Amino acid sequence: MGISLTRAAQWTMVSSSTAKLVSTPMNESLLKEILHFVEHFRSQYPQEAEHVFEEPLQWSTTLVASDFKTDYDISDSDVQSHERDSEGHPLLQLSPPTVYVRSFSQLSKLLHLAHDKKLAEVRACLEENREPLVKILGRSFASDLVIEAHDDAVSVVDRTKEEGLSKDLEVKVKLFQLFQDMDKQILDTLLKDISEQVRLNPKAVKNEVEILQVFCGGGDKGLLKSLRYTSDFEFSNGYRAPLWRQVQGDICYLVIEPCDTETLHITCSTAGIFLNGGIKQEGEENGYEQTSDTYEDLVTLLKSRSPHFAEKINQQDSAVQELSTKKEKTVNEQLQLELHTTRRNIYEPRPSGILSTCGKTEENKGHKSSEEEKKSLRQGAKSKIKAEFSASSSPGHMSSQKRKTEENKTLKSSEDEHKNLRQRAKSKTKAELSASSSPGHVSSQKLKTSAGALPGEPFSESSTESEEEEEQPYRHPETNTDLPSEYWQIQKLVKYLKDGDQIVTVHTLCAMMDFNLMQESCQMAIQDTGALKVLLNLLDTDEHKCEIGSLKILRTISHNSQIRRVIVDMRGVQSIVKILDSPVKELKALAAETIANVAKFRRARRNVRLYGGINKLVKLLDCLPNLASLTPSQEEDIEVACCGALALWSCSRSTKNKKAIRKAGGIPLLGRLLKSPLQKMLIPVVGTLQECASEESYRTDIQTLGMIKDLVRNLSSDNDELQMHCASAIFKCAEDKQTRDLVRKYKGLQPLVSLLHKADNKQLLAAATGAIWKCSISQENVTKFQEYKALEILVSLLTDQPEEVLVNVVGALGEFAQIPANKAAIREFGGIKPLVKLLTSPNQALLVNVTKAVGACATNKDNMVIIDQLDGIRLVWSLLKNPSADVQSSAAWALCACTENAEDAGETARSLIGGFQLIVKLLSSTNNEVLASICAAICKIAKDEENLAILTDFGVVPSLAKLTNTTDDRLRHHLADAIAQCCMWGSNRASFGEAGAVAPLVRYLKSKEGSVQRSTAMALYQLSRNPNNCITMHEKEVVQPLIHMMGSDDEELQEAAAGCVRSIRLLYMANRNAELFTFRN
Amino acid sequence: MNKRTTQTLAENISKQVEHFSKKEVECLIREFNVLMAEQNNSGRAVHGLDRGKFISTLHSIFGLTDDRMTGRVFRTFDKDNDSVVSMKEWIDGLSVFLRGTLDEKIKYCFTVYDLNGDNAISREEMLHMLKGRLIRQPNEEDPDEGIKDLVEIILKKMDYDHDGKLSFEDFEKAVKDENLLLEAFGTCLPDFRVICNEKLLSSLNFPIKNSQSYSLLFLFFQRIEMFEGRVFQEQMEQ
Repeated sequence: MGISLTRAAQWTMVSSSTAKLVSTPMNESLLKEILHFVEHFRSQYPQEAEHVFEEPLQWSTTLVASDFKTDYDISDSDVQSHERDSEGHPLLQLSPPTVYVRSFSQLSKLLHLAHDKKLAEVRACLEENREPLVKILGRSFASDLVIEAHDDAVSVVDRTKEEGLSKDLEVKVKLFQLFQDMDKQILDTLLKDISEQVRLNPKAVKNEVEILQVFCGGGDKGLLKSLRYTSDFEFSNGYRAPLWRQVQGDICYLVIEPCDTETLHITCSTAGIFLNGGIKQEGEENGYEQTSDTYEDLVTLLKSRSPHFAEKINQQDSAVQELSTKKEKTVNEQLQLELHTTRRNIYEPRPSGILSTCGKTEENKGHKSSEEEKKSLRQGAKSKIKAEFSASSSPGHMSSQKRKTEENKTLKSSEDEHKNLRQRAKSKTKAELSASSSPGHVSSQKLKTSAGALPGEPFSESSTESEEEEEQPYRHPETNTDLPSEYWQIQKLVKYLKDGDQIVTVHTLCAMMDFNLMQESCQMAIQDTGALKVLLNLLDTDEHKCEIGSLKILRTISHNSQIRRVIVDMRGVQSIVKILDSPVKELKALAAETIANVAKFRRARRNVRLYGGINKLVKLLDCLPNLASLTPSQEEDIEVACCGALALWSCSRSTKNKKAIRKAGGIPLLGRLLKSPLQKMLIPVVGTLQECASEESYRTDIQTLGMIKDLVRNLSSDNDELQMHCASAIFKCAEDKQTRDLVRKYKGLQPLVSLLHKADNKQLLAAATGAIWKCSISQENVTKFQEYKALEILVSLLTDQPEEVLVNVVGALGEFAQIPANKAAIREFGGIKPLVKLLTSPNQALLVNVTKAVGACATNKDNMVIIDQLDGIRLVWSLLKNPSADVQSSAAWALCACTENAEDAGETARSLIGGFQLIVKLLSSTNNEVLASICAAICKIAKDEENLAILTDFGVVPSLAKLTNTTDDRLRHHLADAIAQCCMWGSNRASFGEAGAVAPLVRYLKSKEGSVQRSTAMALYQLSRNPNNCITMHEKEVVQPLIHMMGSDDEELQEAAAGCVRSIRLLYMANRNAELFTFRN
Repeated sequence: MNKRTTQTLAENISKQVEHFSKKEVECLIREFNVLMAEQNNSGRAVHGLDRGKFISTLHSIFGLTDDRMTGRVFRTFDKDNDSVVSMKEWIDGLSVFLRGTLDEKIKYCFTVYDLNGDNAISREEMLHMLKGRLIRQPNEEDPDEGIKDLVEIILKKMDYDHDGKLSFEDFEKAVKDENLLLEAFGTCLPDFRVICNEKLLSSLNFPIKNSQSYSLLFLFFQRIEMFEGRVFQEQMEQ
């Protein structure tokens, strides 16, 4: 609570006695947290709640005597609690408006009575008791809790114990721990908010001072007369304030002489910069109090204090610029660090580095002297806690910490047994563990904390995996006592794991392996008892037997998603990745296998990459997979490669990892392993390849490195999974024409068709149908497929299949139906009805394929009859309403085919309410493909005069005219067609002219695309029947290109061009005749 | 010993010992002679390495530091119980040490752990070998309580015939089941990584410049197939 209050809470800084909590969202949430803590304190920690405060917390309350009920003596407006301390003083006393409270139980009760005024009470309490911890635990506990050498501390503990005063201490220790927990919790919740407020740090202050010093002196021209630190000594952490002030957050003190005002004495603290009572030299006892508001930086403070400075600094534009940019940079650099420190402060409420300089205790003496007597009693407890903190942040103190923890344990009540064990588990670390097996390593071990932040890189990975795990909140460890017996057995083993040497560790690990580690209760036991951390620490010990044992357990329990996450949080990935370099092959294989399990979620995969895991994994693949006879060592190599491939498979689900694998040269190695005869090798290899084949570069490599042949070969494997991955890889690669041809060349089409018989395995079916779909884009393949009677089977798969399969089946049918004979075949096999039925599916990918297939089938008159009977036209038409542009355009193309081939399409179209409006509305789409398809549809629909009339009424002409400025040839072609068709009605020709469609159309003639030229010529021919349009065309010099087109081989084009020229010519002649006529008269 | 005798000796021994070629045996003989020369025989004629020299060799070259184990290793090497390790015993022992198959190693380890030679590892023997391997908790009354408990856990896992001790069959089965249990009661085989670790070598004052001792080193490297063939060639050229 202490840290959150002093650091996190935002106070209005004036003088400390009347400070108010600023009403910010952060403070609100802080208050709520504290309220919650206090409210539940009584029920959660009954023993501690009875502890009597050192001094009462007092504040002006809004509560009055009538609010209090039983358990209280009420006389007039005064209230006293029944509960009293050992000397008979009431624990709660109210003499309006002030209330005095002396225990948590009373605090809880009071808050309970306050009902809706709870928050206000907490706020008032905190505002008037700025240092609640001091009052609760006594000063020595809250502030002096520092700077004692370890050995002293231990002896004091012993002494206090002997004196039999431990009871009070014990409660205090517990209370203090509770506060720390509370602090940690609050800070965690507030961390996000805190991150937005950058606090000052020594580096930033130093930079600013250095820059300002450049501008010192120089008489009136300078910004300041002088600027100096009070102390030249800089601590290793960059602070210059004396140690006991560092605790308060002070960084350094400055003495600044401005040009126009008196000398300023300034304190730079992490909270900000303010004037102090005048510290001139290092080591002064007083003058530290704050005498001004807090400023965020030195320049702002100086600006407000010295008009001269403000004036000059505005002139010194460049300087300010430099200052601010430099500062910003530092601030950014420090932000990460700062956050980290904030977190660490939770454990170590003093600036880092202080530990190393803690010899300087003298400075603290004066502060303490008044309480010298009590000190000896409390010191014990104090230092005990300190030892714990320092241990958790500085590995060097491990050995002494251990003794503390144990003593600490004896202090704890038995009801906390469970919690206690967990705690011990937490504080025991690798350093200690390895100390028992290899003493030389202790100092080099670094402590792992779950707070470990990675070098900044935003998450930017996409995943192709649909079953991607979501990050879920951690399971809250349950504290109930109904734990299975395995739990306690594992807990016992963990104890030996922590205390034993290498030999014992191996036995413990073996015993642990005998449990059913796939069982969740065992996994949770391992996590809860802290074994996970020990297991991860073992990975850094260099004892390969322990490492093997640990990995054997890790690879099994990492099937649990929760544990995977904890492993990543504990920076386990780094350790595991490091083992990939081990010379012991078994270790490499186990590490890779563990990675394969852990890398099931994004953050883990990212970690693997960031710590160089991809390169190492790729190296594991290097072996000779297809030798006839193998030495034992080569067999081991193959085993390692297998595990490596498994790990890469998991990792390859992230796009960046795919790139990294490629960069590390993984593709040729995978290609080599693809020749292996072993299924357990092939599955992960093909799995990785098919996962990566979503990348264009991989597809090229797969094809050029000759992997298609191997993929095709394995299609005939007897393993479903392998077949599936092969089919899936072909599915992804067959987008490319050469690949499709290769599949045919290596006789892969027949096995693909035979896979269709495995209708039970839906994943396999989806992959196989997908491969067939993509392969059938090549007509030669379709012919082959027909030989194997693929079409019949595909049609039979149109019903009762999951969508993944349907999408592919229908896609394949769409491709098959490009060959006229197949259209009839689809009908004969009864495929039309299910196809039309699928038009009502909600799946957009499916709809795109279905409309395409229906469109292809609709070009057959007999098919069209069936489609029409099934109300297919209406269904296709209604798909134009689909939000997906792909579906819209695909439906519009299908509509073209349907309209063209249906008997009474015009009639049907008119019967659809709102259909025409919809079409005209789609002309304002921004997607060119949609526009082109709609234009094509309009062209077909408008062949019916009545329809054209209706379209015209809905304003099709101006809509089309608006599109004429496009440069997309495909759209131009269909647009010109549509315009030509729409000219057939009423005054539409003139309307197009008025809407300015003619001039852009003339430009289309320059297009090199034959279809565009022809359509345009026809449109111009139609438009030229209107004299005004002719004039426009002539102005735009249409004649030249038209004459050129008249020489084309395309008869339609010739005719249209000639017709258009004729119109222009006729107009000219008529005009001339008219002129002559007028002239004559 | 001149070169010729060494060669004849090597030829004889290599026929009786598995895993070593004649040339390799020759190197080992030379190494043995170096160690013999270093040994302070104080005038007596000894036909092998005495306990002290042997243990210090284990310590410096093979990185075996556990005193409880090195004594037992000496006993195991010294098959005829004459308190010295003869040349033949030395080469025999090293063949298991460096090139032994799993079966040979199981046999070797079992012999090391079977302190009284009754062909079984009893509870007491385990207790003796594991003693002190668990850091004592001050609040526990019996300091060996943890170890006793551990022995029960070990028996539960390894004692397949439930007779309260580990017979050779028990031990063999357990190790084949889980290789990690090979050195179950103490390190008694060299860890080649220890040898390869340069830093450790220098800290042990290993005489790197002594080419004779190199021959042993190279034997380890062979295990990791880094110097296969080349090593002994170099030796021959010298």
